[in-house]
Amino acid sequence: MVRRPSPRARAAQWLLLAIVVAVAWYLGSQAAANIARRHATFGFVFLFENTNFDIPFRLIPWSVGDTYGRALLVCVLNTLLVAAMSIVAATLLGLLVGVMRLSANWLVRNIALGFIELVRNTPQLVQIIFWYVAVLQTLPGPRQSITLPAGTLLNVRGIYLPSFAPGGGADVLWPLALAVLLATPFVWRLRWRGLPLGSRSLLVSLLSVLLFAGGIDHIDYPALRGFNIAGGIQVVPELVALWAGLTIYAAAFIAEIVRAAILSVHKGQREAALSLGLKPRQVLSKIILPQALRVMIPPMTSQYLNIIKSSSLGAAVAYPELFQIFAGTVLQQTARELETMFLLMAIFLAINLATSALMNWYNHRVALVER
Amino acid sequence: MLRFRSLATAGCCALAWLLAPVSPATAQNEVKSVTLDTVKKRGQLICGVDTGIPGYAFQDSKGEWQGLDIAYCRALADAIFGSPDKVKYIGTTSKVRFSVLQSGEIDVLIRDSEHTFIRNTQLGLDEPAVNFFTAQTFMVKKSLNVAHTKDLNGATICLLTGTTLETNIADYNRANNIKINTLLFDKSEEAFAAADAGRCDGYTDDGGSVAAARSTMKKPDDWMFLPETIGGLQPLGSFTRQGDEAWTRLVKWVHYAMVAGEVFGVSKSNVEQMKAAIKDPDARRMLGLEGDFGKLLGVDNDWAYRILKDIGNYGENYDATFGDKGGLGLPRALNNTYQHGGMMYTPSWK
Repeated sequence: MVRRPSPRARAAQWLLLAIVVAVAWYLGSQAAANIARRHATFGFVFLFENTNFDIPFRLIPWSVGDTYGRALLVCVLNTLLVAAMSIVAATLLGLLVGVMRLSANWLVRNIALGFIELVRNTPQLVQIIFWYVAVLQTLPGPRQSITLPAGTLLNVRGIYLPSFAPGGGADVLWPLALAVLLATPFVWRLRWRGLPLGSRSLLVSLLSVLLFAGGIDHIDYPALRGFNIAGGIQVVPELVALWAGLTIYAAAFIAEIVRAAILSVHKGQREAALSLGLKPRQVLSKIILPQALRVMIPPMTSQYLNIIKSSSLGAAVAYPELFQIFAGTVLQQTARELETMFLLMAIFLAINLATSALMNWYNHRVALVER
Repeated sequence: MLRFRSLATAGCCALAWLLAPVSPATAQNEVKSVTLDTVKKRGQLICGVDTGIPGYAFQDSKGEWQGLDIAYCRALADAIFGSPDKVKYIGTTSKVRFSVLQSGEIDVLIRDSEHTFIRNTQLGLDEPAVNFFTAQTFMVKKSLNVAHTKDLNGATICLLTGTTLETNIADYNRANNIKINTLLFDKSEEAFAAADAGRCDGYTDDGGSVAAARSTMKKPDDWMFLPETIGGLQPLGSFTRQGDEAWTRLVKWVHYAMVAGEVFGVSKSNVEQMKAAIKDPDARRMLGLEGDFGKLLGVDNDWAYRILKDIGNYGENYDATFGDKGGLGLPRALNNTYQHGGMMYTPSWK
């Protein structure tokens, strides 16, 4: 029998709804009154207007005079770049530290403990500025760059990696190489005469590398020219500092999540695995981690969401992400405070909802199937 | 019944007519300002200033606020309350400064901010007085061997975000078909550190701020200013909310009182003698010896005398902040009074 809520409970719900609507209406009318008082309008037409500022770091072409809409895209990509890099790195580092934390070796265990406590108990903004000011800015200037292997240069302006200059066929070969590379996991699962292809599919990856190499015209080495190093790919210190700050901070929390998840696996599982003759590494990778993963995912999701939101701290170290450019330059130049803030919130909300949907889907897949 | 009503109406009209001549007279003398009333009721002025930049506004080693903008906050409080200390300073970043003022969180914004068209129109702010004339200046390391701004093609410059500086550089790049790269910071501390570490080839801001930036460098002598400025004249000054003319007037005339002090030769040290001896009618009216000028602004008639006695005139405050006494050694140039070829003037006190 379906239980119906009592009339009193219903009344309470309607009352709550009425209060929520009233508050929303009040806030909305206040905002409208404020806009009217400042003789302002509300609208997003400004996104089609032309900008008059530069964005120092971007993944896609950008020049002064492009529209605000394009600036939005550039900034969203910058935010996504640092968030994605940090999520991947923090997961790996957190997994490592979490496992170290449970090591039988006293030194390893306590190094992990020290790392976690140090990182977890200091403000994240301080850490990001520490990486930027105290670590990366002690590097020498461009004219005294440190030369690393393979023609890589390191100085206060960043890391300069050699890049591959595209040749004539690169337009076709490089996308093809990417497609072939992405196909590898599917080939791995294919069966030939009843047997899975498995590691033989790595030949496909090799093909991808060959295709890529075929598209290279020459290798572009970074070298000093004028004020700066020219050529190659520049990884700016702002990105590195923000990446380090986000990764290390989140890794400390992820390590604790990993530790808790591993401890949640009943010790009988481990004992049974060992008595079956599995090696300690196999026990971890085949018995413990797969079971721990189920417990890990929901708290990991919130860590990932935190990383995405904290990427807005990049404003402190001049990393041009969404918050810095839109809540700073764009807000000042267009005087559209409500619109820019609304955009920022909507975009962060969208990114985070998408991430959490993805994680929920994954969680659903690895969850125990209950019958 | 009808007769009684019309009689009553007539009586009321007569009464109103009798009282009428009185009310315009009081309205003339009574200054109506929501902001001023709020400030008086609160017993404290809330002044929006810079978060910390030598010259304009910064906290010294004892935690006391110092700087030219601070002198203006103190002068305003002195005019209202007779005490320059009744001020609460709110450090605002360049990003939030105007929103904070619009929302009424601060009473006045005196924060090395440029007076512009958009801020006056679209942002709905009044621009009562310019207390510092400057222009966007570049500071570079001497070792770079750069002589002109055009030589900066390909260089990276550190600057603060949310300012007119970005637009000026974009315009300059376009006009000269060169590319000066920018690196945008939220707060000056990190921007200074990045410039000092060599992350950028130079630093840019208005002339006063660049002088301040140089004073924070590890080796200030390694840095030089480029002679050429861009973006035209930058008049920096105070901002108030539109719709409160009386308050804007007070902020404006506090500035003029400080400049007038210098023009009339009244300073902190001689204000007492001058008050007794001065003959210039304009100066006498300013000092409250004649006329009712303070009342017309909504304060008492000693307001300007108090400002000059407690805070000093414009020139004294410039010397103590940007001048030799302040340690920045920035010449007066445009910020001198009109008598010495500068742009600081006062309307006549009539």
